[in-house]
Amino acid sequence: MGPLIPNGVIPYEWNNIIAILIGIFFGFILEASGFSSSRKLAGVFYGYDFAVLKVFFTAALVALIGILYMDYLGYLNMEQLYIHPTYLWGAIIGGVVMGVGFVAAGFCPGTSLCAVAIGKIDAIVYVIGIMAGIFIFSELYTLFEPIYNGYFEGNITLMDSLGVNRYWFAFIFTIIAIVAFAASDMIRKRVKKIFY
Amino acid sequence: MNIDNQKNKHVYWNPYFGGFLLGILILFTFYMTGRGLGASGAMKSGVVTIVDALASNHAEHNAYYSKFVKEEKSPLNSWLVFEALGVLIGAFISGGLAGRIGWRVQHSPKITSKRRLVFALGGGVLFGIGAQIARGCTSGAALSGMAVLSTGGFITMLAIFGTGFLVAYFFRKNWI
Repeated sequence: MGPLIPNGVIPYEWNNIIAILIGIFFGFILEASGFSSSRKLAGVFYGYDFAVLKVFFTAALVALIGILYMDYLGYLNMEQLYIHPTYLWGAIIGGVVMGVGFVAAGFCPGTSLCAVAIGKIDAIVYVIGIMAGIFIFSELYTLFEPIYNGYFEGNITLMDSLGVNRYWFAFIFTIIAIVAFAASDMIRKRVKKIFY
Repeated sequence: MNIDNQKNKHVYWNPYFGGFLLGILILFTFYMTGRGLGASGAMKSGVVTIVDALASNHAEHNAYYSKFVKEEKSPLNSWLVFEALGVLIGAFISGGLAGRIGWRVQHSPKITSKRRLVFALGGGVLFGIGAQIARGCTSGAALSGMAVLSTGGFITMLAIFGTGFLVAYFFRKNWI
């Protein structure tokens, strides 16, 4: 029964080897999907390329539905999975700051690593920027601490917050994604083409 | 690399195919390790390691670095650092197979390389700060959070993309 490493099915010593293998596939998939190009990534905000929307939501849905099925069939105990904790204002303010950074630079950290790997100098500068940002945050930590540690709601899920059934949520989320994909294709036809 | 201005010469995967494989990979990662993917965590480990090497005393007394500095092992000995090394290898293989490897600054023909680099640096600084405040970036908080229905993950995802659409107008010269 999964998760395999925390439950000792696979010895802990394999953890870092599996990390590299998972990373290789992660990098390969992102690069092959065009995420090493900042101009392709930024397209989602201007309507000339919706690859980010399509890859991101397809991935989230496939993973979510897969986890629900594996939990239902008894291969994976969902209770044991790490749920990203909810610090309400940290999640909002951090997301807003990242949103501005995303449009300004056209990368997020994972995609920038892919671009570094194929020699994009702008991505190398971006990674230096991220490290500088982390340094600034750490040095001014006392200033940020109230939002970083405050408004803690626990490791809650949408079932706790919205009171919805998780299977219905996955279904509704899928419908929303399909509608969004169809709408994005219609928007793209009306927007001036950008070549890069 | 020659880029035809009339159509995109780069041939990338169908986004639904890439998204499907990425979803399977996230599922596999949760099945193996009980946790999701990440990216900014590896860069944080890098910063902690540098600060610890240059000013060990300062790192121990800073309330943030000290969370990640341990006596017995280096901050670089972490799952996310190994995963990030894998990302570099995997992207290099994919880029190599498709002939996309080369030193260059990619930017819109309407702006200079220098302007592109300044915005990349500034955007990086913001993303670095934001990813610490939200305890994860697009991979760790938003994508992996959404896969397990984390409320915080959904909020961060909405905040990133919502803000992106709101401020896109002010940055349009860089892209379109």
